[in-house]
Amino acid sequence: MPTYKLQINGKMLQADVEADTPLLWVLRDHLGLVGTKYGCGIAQCGACTVHVNGGATRSCVYPVSAVGSSPVLTIEGLSEKGDHPLQLAWDEVDVAQCGYCQAGQIMTAAALLKKTPKPSDEDIANTMHGNICRCGAYHRIREAVKLASTKA
Amino acid sequence: MENVTNSRRDFLKKSAMTGGGLVLGFNWFNVEAAPVIVADSAIAAGNIGFNSYLSIAADGIITIMSPNPELGQNIMTSFPMVVAEELEADWTKVKVLQANLDNKFQRQLTGGSGAVPHSWKLLRTAGATAKAMLIQAAAQKWGFPAAECSAAIGFVTHPSGKKSGYGDLAEAASKVPVPTDVKLKDRKDFKIIGTRVRNVENKKIVTGKPLFGMDVYREGMLFAMVQRPESFGMKLKSVDAAAAKAMPGIVDVVTFKNNVAVVGKSTWQVMKARKLLKVEYEKDGAIESTDDHNKLFLSLMDTGTATVRRKDGDVDAAFKNAAKVVKGEYQCPFLSHSPMEPMNFFADVRADGIELIGPTQTPAGARSQVSKLLNVPEDKITLQLTRLGGGFGRRLQNDYALEAAEVSSLMKAPIKLVWSKEDDMTGGVYRPAVRYRFEAALDASGNLTGYKLRGVGINSGNSTRENNFPSGAVDNLLIDSVEHKSPITTGAWRAPITNFLAYAEQSFLDEVAQAAGKDPVAFRLELLEKAKAKPVGDIRYDINRMIGVIKLAAEKSGWGKNKNVSQGFSVYFSHASYVAQVAEVEMQSGMPVVKKIFAIADCGQVVNLGGARQQVMGGVVDGFGHAMYSKLSFKDGAAEQKNYNTYRLIRMKEIPEVETHFVDNGIDPTGLGEPALPPTGGAVANAIFKATGKRLRSQPFIDQDVFKAIS
Ligand code: FES
Ligand code: FES
Repeated sequence: MPTYKLQINGKMLQADVEADTPLLWVLRDHLGLVGTKYGCGIAQCGACTVHVNGGATRSCVYPVSAVGSSPVLTIEGLSEKGDHPLQLAWDEVDVAQCGYCQAGQIMTAAALLKKTPKPSDEDIANTMHGNICRCGAYHRIREAVKLASTKA
Repeated sequence: MENVTNSRRDFLKKSAMTGGGLVLGFNWFNVEAAPVIVADSAIAAGNIGFNSYLSIAADGIITIMSPNPELGQNIMTSFPMVVAEELEADWTKVKVLQANLDNKFQRQLTGGSGAVPHSWKLLRTAGATAKAMLIQAAAQKWGFPAAECSAAIGFVTHPSGKKSGYGDLAEAASKVPVPTDVKLKDRKDFKIIGTRVRNVENKKIVTGKPLFGMDVYREGMLFAMVQRPESFGMKLKSVDAAAAKAMPGIVDVVTFKNNVAVVGKSTWQVMKARKLLKVEYEKDGAIESTDDHNKLFLSLMDTGTATVRRKDGDVDAAFKNAAKVVKGEYQCPFLSHSPMEPMNFFADVRADGIELIGPTQTPAGARSQVSKLLNVPEDKITLQLTRLGGGFGRRLQNDYALEAAEVSSLMKAPIKLVWSKEDDMTGGVYRPAVRYRFEAALDASGNLTGYKLRGVGINSGNSTRENNFPSGAVDNLLIDSVEHKSPITTGAWRAPITNFLAYAEQSFLDEVAQAAGKDPVAFRLELLEKAKAKPVGDIRYDINRMIGVIKLAAEKSGWGKNKNVSQGFSVYFSHASYVAQVAEVEMQSGMPVVKKIFAIADCGQVVNLGGARQQVMGGVVDGFGHAMYSKLSFKDGAAEQKNYNTYRLIRMKEIPEVETHFVDNGIDPTGLGEPALPPTGGAVANAIFKATGKRLRSQPFIDQDVFKAIS
């Protein structure tokens, strides 16, 4: 089995896995980073969203062999103290219900804010439309992204 | 505020109870019994008759143990809020522990919107008792009568200027006799209850901490996935696992019942190997398709053997003498629960006992079922609860926990058993598909003189709620149901039965109001006034509370006043609470668009305003989303939708604005996890009728003609 050296959350981590293993399962099963969630496995729900090279990426369909030297950012590395403007806004707005989709929601929003620090309502809706929240927390997700964008 | 998962033995340690303090034990299911002081040693032994604890440590930290599974209903926040209110605690000093399964927790489940209503008085009494003891301890220390002392925000004070923190008083308070007649606060003095308090687990959720069953990893643990028959009505015939077993990382393939489990060293290796299984199935029962069900619905509606659920007066006479008869039929498809977190459970079956960890709405059920399955006494089985990534009723069943235990027992290894999303959707326990026929008899002045409802459902049990409104308001009424038994498995789905019955019934009442030439709101109020003045038979709902939400909904939505939008009305009573909704529809390029939904809830006293709003808004989005977009259909016994690419769930751009209001009547809490969902489909269908003149007779609405061009 090949060994992959991955740059994750600013650290070099290593995993012995088959080339087609999705980044999601490398993170969860091999590197102990379980904040990134498995929802559908077919790039439909966004629960597994991480950043690869700064862009929102669905790790459930992204093979580890494609990562190469690109930096990977997961929810665990989004901020050191859990105080990224989105994380603070998520708490302030009290977004989460069951909470399972929220890491993926936050990572999707973080990639948006990085590219577009002051997104319009339409930008937010268009971007977040790809992430499913089965609990229906969409109103607060929208509100929290907006709030974070005003504070960042 | 922080919280951790906790075994009862760890309670003292985690509640910082090392330097002495006050520990009250109370009995979670015995509402009448007063709390009792518990000695540290008794808790450590883990064998006393208390199942909830409230402790106050020398450092002032207050720890409350919450026994109910948390799946997003926010019980881990609202439960301690109630205790803290009566205790006059400083909320920043309150810690919550998620209790593990305990023999004594008799209502340690999440379902039926019952957690807060059940524990309301109990939790208040526990808090008030501790407060009284702290006051007594301070009074003794200072030499004043207790009546002169008072408590607020974690301190006891006396008008002389004396002041002591709860932490300093806790040890002395533990020596004071437990009062049995504490006075509960007047609700006008509530400082925490009814306010918006943030979810105590927010920080962990937004930083990706391991909280869920899926996040359980253990040294030496193996991963398992199970191949089940893809069609209902089939059973296992033969397995050729050679190719799967030869794959890297695969430890074994084991067969039990109709299941083939692939066990390996990582999730991905198991997923890949599983595709190489060659499994043959053979017929074991009826192989049904949605087309068959559609035909069955029509024939059983006329010829099925019906069970009478309620009969008042003489319906035949009422219909014979009617000036006008209205008939309407409505149908709803099967639905999958599809919580975001797929089914999973950890099991370690060893010679000395069984360890279970995972998400379940019924932990006690999981343990007793595993006990029976493996013939191991319950006291040799521990169950640690994880946070649930959604439940919606699916995790009332413990089939996946049993599978984990069975595979662990076969493999003699710790196992994490995981379902894929496809397994979740094709693996059964669905909301049943149901068709309803309603008939109404009207007299010459448009009064409802007769009412008939027949529900025909597939594995739906009683698909009616015979004692709900309009029962009690109609002199002549007949409600019955027909059930078709199918190999397709069904189960409770958030707001069981009412999640589709309410849509059908509220649409039909709209039809009747229209036929009677009456405004839908006025028509309902008229019926309720009649039920009040001249009740027919047994009435199980509170007429005044229902009138209350209807009137408030009409007021808040400006019912009938805004001519630019088409409004639809709906009101429903379920799980002891009352919710009225008004949906507003606008036409955009020839299509109806749902712009806004007003939801007015009477759930008695709101505990956490934030959590309550979440439940109502989430319930509306859930009710709207499923009515609008979701269906699970079958072809030759197999679910046709297998993942989110074909099973459509509502997404952000599709949500209407939702405005929530709560009736403030001071009644004890009556539940809110489900009641906001049932009315939504009806309000939306009625608004769309208003806008288009078309009745939406089946779900999902998106498949109906009015939406044809945009689906
Ligand atoms: S798990 Fe990757 S998109 Fe759903
Ligand atoms: S909070 Fe439960 S799925 Fe989004």
